[in-house]
Amino acid sequence: MSDAMPSALEVAITLDGRDTTLEATPATSLLRALRDAGATATTGACEQGECGSCSVEIDGRVECSCLVPALVCHGSVIRTVRSFVRADLADALAEHGAVQCGFCTPGIVVAAEAALADPEPLTEHGVRESLAGNLCRCTGYEGIIAAVLRVDEARRDASGRERTG
Amino acid sequence: MSVESLVDAPATGASPIGRSVPRPDVPPKIDGSFEFSNDVSVAGMLFGATVRSPHPHARLVHLGISAALSTPGVVRILTLDDVPTRARTGHIVADAPPFVDGVARYVGEPVAFVVARSQELAWRAADLVEVTWETLEPLTDPDLALTPDSQRVHPDGNVIRELCLERGDGPLTADVIVEGTWSTGRQDQAFLGPESALAMPDVDGGVTLVLATQDLHTDQEQIASVLGLEEEQVRLVMSGIGGAFGGREDITCQVHLALAALATGRPVKTTYRRAESFLAHPKRHPATLRYRMGADRDGTFRFVEADIVLDGGAYASTSGPVLGSACYFAAGPYRVPVVRVRGRAARTNNPVCGAMRGFGAVQACFGIESTVDLLAAELGIDPIELRRRNVLAPGDEFPTSGQRVGPSAPLRELIDRCTALPEPAPLPGDPTHPYDLPGGTGLTTDGEHVRRGVGFALGVKNHLYGEGVTERSVATVTVTANGATIRSAAAECGQGIVSALAQIASAALGGMPVEVEPATTEAGYSGSSSASRQTWMSGAAVRQAAAEVAARLLTDAAGRAGVTPDDVELVPDGALVGDELISLDELVGDEPIVATTEYRPPRTHRGDPTTGQGDVHVSWMFVAHRAIVDVDVELGLCRVAQVATAQDVGRALNPREVRGQILGGITQGIGLALNEHLETRDGHVVNNTFTDYLIPTAADVAPVEAALIEEPDPDAPFGLKGVGEPSALSSTAAIAAAIRTATGAPVHRVPVRPDDLLT
Ligand code: FES
Ligand code: FES
Repeated sequence: MSDAMPSALEVAITLDGRDTTLEATPATSLLRALRDAGATATTGACEQGECGSCSVEIDGRVECSCLVPALVCHGSVIRTVRSFVRADLADALAEHGAVQCGFCTPGIVVAAEAALADPEPLTEHGVRESLAGNLCRCTGYEGIIAAVLRVDEARRDASGRERTG
Repeated sequence: MSVESLVDAPATGASPIGRSVPRPDVPPKIDGSFEFSNDVSVAGMLFGATVRSPHPHARLVHLGISAALSTPGVVRILTLDDVPTRARTGHIVADAPPFVDGVARYVGEPVAFVVARSQELAWRAADLVEVTWETLEPLTDPDLALTPDSQRVHPDGNVIRELCLERGDGPLTADVIVEGTWSTGRQDQAFLGPESALAMPDVDGGVTLVLATQDLHTDQEQIASVLGLEEEQVRLVMSGIGGAFGGREDITCQVHLALAALATGRPVKTTYRRAESFLAHPKRHPATLRYRMGADRDGTFRFVEADIVLDGGAYASTSGPVLGSACYFAAGPYRVPVVRVRGRAARTNNPVCGAMRGFGAVQACFGIESTVDLLAAELGIDPIELRRRNVLAPGDEFPTSGQRVGPSAPLRELIDRCTALPEPAPLPGDPTHPYDLPGGTGLTTDGEHVRRGVGFALGVKNHLYGEGVTERSVATVTVTANGATIRSAAAECGQGIVSALAQIASAALGGMPVEVEPATTEAGYSGSSSASRQTWMSGAAVRQAAAEVAARLLTDAAGRAGVTPDDVELVPDGALVGDELISLDELVGDEPIVATTEYRPPRTHRGDPTTGQGDVHVSWMFVAHRAIVDVDVELGLCRVAQVATAQDVGRALNPREVRGQILGGITQGIGLALNEHLETRDGHVVNNTFTDYLIPTAADVAPVEAALIEEPDPDAPFGLKGVGEPSALSSTAAIAAAIRTATGAPVHRVPVRPDDLLT
């Protein structure tokens, strides 16, 4: 094998609303490229597509950033937890004890907001299914699930009032 | 509990004690700005990768580093020759070399550490290090390792610790006797934040590490001893910890990084990959527990005889105290007049085992509780009733140590409250959602062969270290015009210690805002965040320090106002004398008020050398679990339908966080009952990925009903008890018992495999 690493290429993306240039070789995952560029809000517990902690949105789709080669993201719009976090969900997670070590949390927020985008009211089973790809070793998930359900209900009430009011 | 009840009702009164106060670390964890150890970086840093033994037992014949060293980007490769001392690591028994010394004893043992300009380059170069091994026969059976003429895994021999407990005279006979052999799996802590740290050389020839550890000072001591430095030359700064559960008590990358920083004169960082993390830290001991137990016809327990073997793996880690815990809790929380326990922790060429939540008491609980169920069946007495007749009460003697049980031992209440908790809806005849069936969304179950079982178990463990180990914690509280700060080395692993300490200080200081400084070795020794000890230990130290500061503020304010301190009240922004507020600014001025105190709990003692009897613990935590499990008896698939628990918490300092510990521990208990075992074949780990090592997901967890019993412990600050471990103690045993009642299968081991249930 050649001992030299393939040289890094530049990948231009929009990251959380800002034009950003990442450096990556063909072997670099989007997760690594983001983290190497100092965008460490997105964590990675397995780099194998099993834990969901690296979840980000790429051009409107939530994906495990550890499984996506950074080079294919050239020109993409990428949103991490930094874009997704909203006060109501943050408050609900905190109040329900949904955060202990917090390593899973950025991925949970991205997955939860993706679930909350569903036009139908969420059910407990539905939330469990939406979050089944996001491992959490600390909390036992109940607080996370309760927080997401509460936010879904509150947002529906609010938009209902807007419509009728 | 219903999920909504996790949100605590607003508390009345000013004291923050007993209130679910917000945690300062939570908002940055939610928005992604929190800095975990693998987020830390400094300009010009290098990266390290560990070369590891692929063999469980092999002689290191030759280490060829030249090819790897000549790879572009590689700066340095460290081996045993670069280590300035012969010191070993291990905070109980120092027996683990920083790099393989002649013989590799487990798969994953470090051989060399490659330092390169990027993490990728370091990993690639690590693959180019040429190691010639002479493979040796691995010794992987702990029973075999304990036989007298077995080959020796380590120069220290194969017995890490042997402990015999003897209490009561009389023959081991009774009207009814049962026997059972039980075994438990090798559970991994599987914290999500992988091992990662950064080391930086200091001008004085020392080194600073930014890292995630459960115990800064114990790491400092070990790093200094291997590097041949003074302890003051090794400075540790805590970064964010992505979970721990016992898996960050031992040295993994710390010594390698410190060596690398000193050897290169540059900052060096490393981050383990998941597969490597599974190999690198010690895990929960697989245990084999052989029991005999006897009772009178009326169910009164007469004797417990247990023989316990723990597979400690290649190095000692915390095997000694884990064995102590397994033995001292081998008779459960019961009155038993005659007890004989023999425990041994064996060295093997399997993965190293050490601390994990519950620390030996989890294994013991599965052993004793399973045996009590056998006895109940033999006696024809309801298993819960049998327990009720035999549980300890205040003033009794603890069955394994003879130690007098203190006033806080609410076992009957635990049983009553746990069994009274509501049960889930009966098995649906026509289930509406596949998540409610064994096998989940795999849609493997047609529902027709699903049987429901109920199981019950009690758990017990001590808080704090015990067995005569010195216990202390130091904290500093400073009040300036801006409020109070706490300096403590206590590790925040996600359990909420930072907010707990702030709560305690604020309570002593009239509700003053309190900040907790980042933990470093500059703070006094706090001991580890483990053994359900930190809130008690560091909480007590903070309380004392805050009380001293408060006393000085009161005296000072009283002096100014010409009254006695009794006439002064501390309030969030100063001191109140009648209606008049003396502001903090006025009171403190430019001279901060500082108090540093050391807390020491009641002493414990090492047990008698032959019988193990004595006051070996400070006090105990008790817990009850009832599990309801649905099993497809044709397929051997299990689904936990509900776990109910009553937990003796002394006093719930922050009810939301207490419940968080309960839910998290039960979930890990479900994992051990149904799935979690780091499998080895001839010493080779076969499932060191999250694809094969399955931790419970949001789709697997069961609804939890929880009742907190608050009966204050007189020795503890605020009467609180440790809450980290009990939830993990007996949830596994209760689930196993439920599976037994559903299937009639004996369930001799956890995790339960489908074929264990097919008859
Ligand atoms: S890091 Fe991407 S799924 Fe685990
Ligand atoms: S909070 Fe620790 S992994 Fe989820």
